[in-house]
Amino acid sequence: MKELCILSPTAILGYGFPEASFIEGMKHKPDVIAVDAGSTDPGPYYLGAGLSFTDHNAVMRDLSFMIPAALEAKIPVIIGTAGGSGAKPHLDWQVDIIEELAKTKNLSFKMAVISSDVSQETVLTKLKEGKILPLHPAPELKEQDIIDSVQIVGQMGVEPIIYALEEGADVIVAGRAYDPAVFAALAVKNGYDRGLSTHLGKILECAAIAASPGSGSDCMIGWVGEDYFRVDTLSSARKCTVKSVAAHTLYEKTNPYILPGPGGVLNLTNTVFTQETDSAVKVTGSVFEPSNPNYVKLEGVKSAGFRTVSICATADPVMMNQIDNIIAAVKDRVKSNFAGSIGDFKLDFKIYGRNGVMGIFEAGGFPQANQDSKPHEFCFIIDAVAPTQEAANTICSFARSTLLHYGYEGRISTAGNLAFPFSPSDFKVGEVFEFSIYHLMEAPEPLEHFKVEIRRCGK
Amino acid sequence: MKLIEIADVIRSKNSGPYEITFDVIFKTRELYERVCEKNAINKENFAKLYNIPVKNVMEVVHFDPVGAVKVTIIRPIPSGAFGESDVYGAQQHAPLMGMDIDI
Repeated sequence: MKELCILSPTAILGYGFPEASFIEGMKHKPDVIAVDAGSTDPGPYYLGAGLSFTDHNAVMRDLSFMIPAALEAKIPVIIGTAGGSGAKPHLDWQVDIIEELAKTKNLSFKMAVISSDVSQETVLTKLKEGKILPLHPAPELKEQDIIDSVQIVGQMGVEPIIYALEEGADVIVAGRAYDPAVFAALAVKNGYDRGLSTHLGKILECAAIAASPGSGSDCMIGWVGEDYFRVDTLSSARKCTVKSVAAHTLYEKTNPYILPGPGGVLNLTNTVFTQETDSAVKVTGSVFEPSNPNYVKLEGVKSAGFRTVSICATADPVMMNQIDNIIAAVKDRVKSNFAGSIGDFKLDFKIYGRNGVMGIFEAGGFPQANQDSKPHEFCFIIDAVAPTQEAANTICSFARSTLLHYGYEGRISTAGNLAFPFSPSDFKVGEVFEFSIYHLMEAPEPLEHFKVEIRRCGK
Repeated sequence: MKLIEIADVIRSKNSGPYEITFDVIFKTRELYERVCEKNAINKENFAKLYNIPVKNVMEVVHFDPVGAVKVTIIRPIPSGAFGESDVYGAQQHAPLMGMDIDI
């Protein structure tokens, strides 16, 4: 069985890559160029707001190498989780960039756009039928969570992408996709082992992050054969080692032996990693175990209100020594002035210099820092979230001015308690979101929720 | 000794919006095996280190192909919810660096 070669230019479309690495990659005559363009990592905002966490010009820059090179080599380009989150506004944004590129470079090609939006009605029906599974530790799904969701996407596997390849698409823009799917699709279509192809996809999806030294903005290349796959770097600056490649299998996953995804589980219990050359690693033994029934993972977000933040700081030791009391007093004053009159609001103070990074853990997860060293400055982020932007502005502004002039015990510096790095001091963030759905939905037909639209791009 | 003295990778990252997973890759096979043998990183001492209930530590996995111990916990709050301090979960590893290891 002839090897199938997959080029992964960068960890996320728009994160960039050295031109030399890409040229080196094309010399290997890859059968496909695939790239992951998104993640839930940047949080719920981007899915809710319909915006990408990557930048237009940076995405354009990467594609301006990838698409012309692929068209010339007559191989497909596959983009997964387009626009960062893969919902309709993200796909539209991605398609606009590609159309602009086609126009500028005078290119013409067949493009497939695969939607991944799942309607509220569909999810509500499946919930009533008992066909939604919670994905521990996400909370159980309630009807109201679905009704409140502003965007819901399902994670596609290889099937819709294979369909687009069979239709002869030169460029495939996929909505929310399981990260390895865009890398594995052509290999699975051509009869290569699904376990090996998926595991290779897992490693290639973050490109050179799986190399040593790791980089999110350099290319990687992989080959799948009959009963193995191998990966290599495309720059002499880095190498794939057994440790770097195997370690990547751990990355962002709960249990590295059992990796669930669309259509089944990737089982790595018997996987063997071998150093093949100085910079290449060979992998065998990864097995795909199909699940029955088939599930689609859903991701949904709902509005959390509107946010305003203020950034300010102090170096006053008298104030720093009693900061907890001061902040409690400021919160009380905000509450007594606005509780009940402005709607439900939330007010939080992040204190950098004392458990700012690890604030999600109670009482701080870092006792060593408190004992061994005393910071000489605190930075505060005042965070207000309220039902309207105006209300959030009011809460943030009032908390900021109260903290600025609060007459704490023993105060010596009576002109003002805070150093502001910026004017304006307050930043209006707009509407913000939170995760509302992270569940499995029974879907017997893997193509059912993903519509493939074929169109002509360019003249 | 401290974990930072015997590991060459100590990192944290979200595993989806509701979990944070911690990876520790040991400097040598021998150190990894001693850690496994003594069960030196376990649900109980990890929970104590992060001041969380033991039941919130979902799994402690020993990953032989790399010589790594992986601990996954329930996120104190879902990623990006109000009160968030680390949306990606990529900077929650510092206490682990200072963990006392008895091997």
